[in-house]
Amino acid sequence: MKSVLAILTVVVALVGFWYAACVPMNIHEAAMQAQRAGEEVTPAEAPERRHMGRISLALKNTGLWSTVFSQERPQLPAPHQVAQEFWKTTWGMIERGRAFSKRSLILHGWITLSATLLGFAFGTALGIVLAVSIVHSRAMDMSVMPWIIASQTVPILAIAPMIVVVLAALSVDDIVAKGVISMYLSFFPVVVGMVKGLRSPDAMQMDQMKTWNATRTETLWKLRLPSSTPYLFASLKVGVAASLIGAVVAELSLSSNGGLGARLLAGSYYGQTVQIWSALFAAAALAAVLVWAIGVAQKVTLKRMGFAQ
Amino acid sequence: MNNETIPQVDPPKAVVEARGLDLTFQTKDSPIQALKDVSLTIEQGDFVSFIGPSGCGKTTFLRCIAALEQPTGGNLTVNGMTPDEARRSRAYGYVFQAAGLYPWRTIAKNIKLPLEIMGYSRADQDERVKKVLQLVDLEGFGGKFPWQLSGGMQQRASIARALAFDADILLMDEPFGALDEIVRDHLNEQLLKLWERTNKTIAFVTHSIPEAVYLSTRIVVMSPRPGRITDVIESPLPKERPLDIRDTPEFLEVAHRVREGLRAGHAYDD
Repeated sequence: MKSVLAILTVVVALVGFWYAACVPMNIHEAAMQAQRAGEEVTPAEAPERRHMGRISLALKNTGLWSTVFSQERPQLPAPHQVAQEFWKTTWGMIERGRAFSKRSLILHGWITLSATLLGFAFGTALGIVLAVSIVHSRAMDMSVMPWIIASQTVPILAIAPMIVVVLAALSVDDIVAKGVISMYLSFFPVVVGMVKGLRSPDAMQMDQMKTWNATRTETLWKLRLPSSTPYLFASLKVGVAASLIGAVVAELSLSSNGGLGARLLAGSYYGQTVQIWSALFAAAALAAVLVWAIGVAQKVTLKRMGFAQ
Repeated sequence: MNNETIPQVDPPKAVVEARGLDLTFQTKDSPIQALKDVSLTIEQGDFVSFIGPSGCGKTTFLRCIAALEQPTGGNLTVNGMTPDEARRSRAYGYVFQAAGLYPWRTIAKNIKLPLEIMGYSRADQDERVKKVLQLVDLEGFGGKFPWQLSGGMQQRASIARALAFDADILLMDEPFGALDEIVRDHLNEQLLKLWERTNKTIAFVTHSIPEAVYLSTRIVVMSPRPGRITDVIESPLPKERPLDIRDTPEFLEVAHRVREGLRAGHAYDD
């Protein structure tokens, strides 16, 4: 109960800060509109206002504050505007039977989700395969690991369009191209976590396997892989969030197919800040659901495997 | 994995034969001599205990027999083969200090682990699990997970696992060190019975003088820096040993000699 109160306090504080920030952020536009409507604004001339700071303009025009929360194209939309847009393009669309129309966040969320899951599956598989080969081969450890780390220092925003172009030239499906970009981000935490996990059995456990004359494959399946499960789940949580980011970034380059990334891009072309913000919230909600789902799977699996006593 | 090139000779009388065995660990500061000129013969059906203070090399010697360590000098054969060939032909079962049970496997599945690796049939696996669980007094616990058992029961399960397959040699590294006195007595008794019935050769590392004297046909006393054998005592006790044999003069005499041997090795000087 106490923690609920604490959480609510933080949320209220954040929303309060957001509303407060709307005033200076939108005050220039509010003054412009008020002037056009023939109301009194200080200073009265637009060129003078242009050079004024946001806060001092806001302080001189306290009468305009009530209008900054309901603008058509605000620089910073108010929370309730974002919430209304979010609601209108999700549940509102379902109510009208148009859940999968072009304006629906459900459609775009689904497009992003499918690319995310595809890339997550690719990335997890690639990560595990790389980790297994790194643990079993010193040559792989020495030669591949530096490249894996280097791959993550390249900005994904720069490399994504190139991947799209190359894969398009090979006439690969767009969703696969998005999946590849997602994979590029999500395999990394899996490799790092799994290398640590596969090496987690102690010397005694490895000696024990040796006394039974177990092969490397048997040791992998019966000891290393089960031992690495807690590490795998920790990595998957990071990996799925990274995978979603990869999908959204990929959609900036492949915007014709829709998706939350395409919504962000369209919103910024047309100055639709409300649309941008609601797409951002949709992406955040999607990430939260994915991480939560993996958390549930983690809890159930580790409990069943006797790790969580 | 059975190596076809291993020559099939008559079972040699000496199961383990060490001649002038040396082992030096290279550490960053200076080399540490863990074993120096260790010579010992363990014969078929022997129960040999190794006793001595920490660092005397008793565990290291056991690990050499198991091919978990590589001697740096001297000669060592197990069943007439090199230790590594013996390991690959699954000549021994090894019981470690810690139980080392997998938390994601039930007790029965833990015991099956080496059996799966060695390719026993499923029916045979079930049969053997049942047999060894009985042997260590854990009937009915096969379906439990390790964390549902006490530390002592876990160690008994790990002994059951080492007994589950047909290795002639049993290497035990302080297996009962973590158990309470009563369970320890019971398991000592059980181990003697098992040894008598199966004619296994057992090498047993311990810190406990009464345990060593009660169990062994031969007691090897070792001392540290460098690890070496200071005395080998042939036990005059009969093969049939009820627990109260520990109050007889013969028993106390052997125990006294072991204690003397430990003292002679200057084990407790510092």
